[in-house]
Amino acid sequence: MQVFSAMSLLRRIARFYLDGFRSMRLGRKLWALIIIKLIIIFAVLRFFFFTPSLSGTAEQKSNTVSERLTAPRTPTK
Amino acid sequence: MEIDTSLVDWSRAQFALTAMYHWVFVPLTLGLGVLVAIMETLSYAKRSEFWKDTSRFWAKLFGINFAVGVATGIILEFQFGTNWSNYSWFVGDIFGAPLAIEGIVAFFMESTFLAVMFFGWNKVSRGAHLAATWLTVIGATMSAWWILVANAWMQCPVGMEFNPDTVRNEMVSFAAVAFSPMAVNKFCHVVTSSWTLGSVFVVGISCLYLLLRRHTNVALASLRVAAGFGLAAALLTAMTGHKSGAIIAQLQPMKLAAAEGLAEGGTQVPLVAAGLIRPGAEEHWAADQPGSEDPWLLRLDVPLPGALSVLATGKADGYVPGTRDILRGGYRLPDGSVALSAEEMIARGKNAIRALADYRAAKKAGDSAAMQTARTALERDFPYFGYGYLNSPKDLVPPVQPTFYSFHIMVALGGYFILLFAGLLALGRRLPGLHCVQWAALLTIPLAWLASEAGWVVAEVGRQPWSIQGLLPNCAAVSSLSTGNVQTTFFLFLGLFTILLIAEVGIMVKAIADGPES
Repeated sequence: MQVFSAMSLLRRIARFYLDGFRSMRLGRKLWALIIIKLIIIFAVLRFFFFTPSLSGTAEQKSNTVSERLTAPRTPTK
Repeated sequence: MEIDTSLVDWSRAQFALTAMYHWVFVPLTLGLGVLVAIMETLSYAKRSEFWKDTSRFWAKLFGINFAVGVATGIILEFQFGTNWSNYSWFVGDIFGAPLAIEGIVAFFMESTFLAVMFFGWNKVSRGAHLAATWLTVIGATMSAWWILVANAWMQCPVGMEFNPDTVRNEMVSFAAVAFSPMAVNKFCHVVTSSWTLGSVFVVGISCLYLLLRRHTNVALASLRVAAGFGLAAALLTAMTGHKSGAIIAQLQPMKLAAAEGLAEGGTQVPLVAAGLIRPGAEEHWAADQPGSEDPWLLRLDVPLPGALSVLATGKADGYVPGTRDILRGGYRLPDGSVALSAEEMIARGKNAIRALADYRAAKKAGDSAAMQTARTALERDFPYFGYGYLNSPKDLVPPVQPTFYSFHIMVALGGYFILLFAGLLALGRRLPGLHCVQWAALLTIPLAWLASEAGWVVAEVGRQPWSIQGLLPNCAAVSSLSTGNVQTTFFLFLGLFTILLIAEVGIMVKAIADGPES
């Protein structure tokens, strides 16, 4: 009985969202904008321009940062 | 190791561009959201279809702003990992916790309740819809809380211990991080100023409708609510701003000195109401001796004796250090100790860096006695760790002109918003005939963003050269990248953000032109 009521609740929630998406007007345009933006951010910027500068295990990372922070530094233009 | 200072500048410029673009959307989400919730509460309390339609119209504009602004902050997190990797590693545990909470809260609260808010107008009960609207607003505000906790920690690092084995700061008190006076006040100031911005937006658009003689009932009703709420928000912003001044005076005195253009401090220090700094006066603020050329082309003080002393210390005869005093040291701090000179702090910072290097070398060699000696030295001088990366005391002085002008623009506009809201409330029913006031309110919309962005310029430019106050300057926080790569992504972002902004403004203008009845 409980399984049925849970399924029914899930179905109602799914219908709520589906009906909401179907009846959108301005929302379609906004969703298109969000999806394009997310593609640019995650598929283009993340992979081509923002690869993490530190890699390896935690120990390797701490060694790298330690070397960078304790090496003498000379500002240049 | 050579650090290209233009790399630091370009990395900062890129971060500033992204943060300022992100901040175009955030305050309107926070401010307009509360107004939508208030209007819907009126609809619920009065069983009013008029207020339901009105709140639904403003909710549409809220939704447009939310949709265009969503995810713009993620790019900032990419930049931490790529451009500021030393910083990210150094603070990761502490900075990561509030950001992770923010992500979870934002995702679950906003995605759940936002859907009910937009899809549920005629599908859930009025009470359930009202609850969803308030929970969306509370979710957005809680998101802001965690981001501001992370920012406040950078301004005032508390609640952590540095672990030389991992080269990371580790959180020892979540409460100290989450509820530091800097975090609490920053949250209150930012949120109330965002409410002010949202109110200016609603007031301005309502006045546009009055000028066009369209939707006048919706415009007048919205205007009354927004002006009343805006007046309260602007007064709260002034109060929290005053508190910010007192906190900054204690924790970041250099920022306060830069914001006020104060080179030589003292007691009974006046507050600068307005001023014009001579171009090329940068050297003045860090000069060794008093008596260098006057940096002011024009200066007008608030006619209250010791107003800055009162703001900073609560007493007219309270001592406020200027930029040169802070570099020289030797004055009494609020906790009773004597301020160190910049040279002493730089020397102690270099000791701390050397101690870290010694600790790591001793650990590698398995020399536990040497490790203990180095660790003791590191713990003694760690509060000055970041000073060791500076080449001279003058590096401690932030760019005074942008900090000074931003601070005074923000304060002046804050005062203007109070007058505007009070004036609109006082005019009441006479307002529909007063076109000049309607124009003034409409033209105030961009000024609200100017004030809000200026506030962030004060907060962030005023704390240079630090990524983390006292612990890590930008030159040590930045990754070893090619400057050309950072320049390329800067211009890429500039193009992308411009296109997105045009898209947002276009969609928003169309929705405003359609009006509440569409």
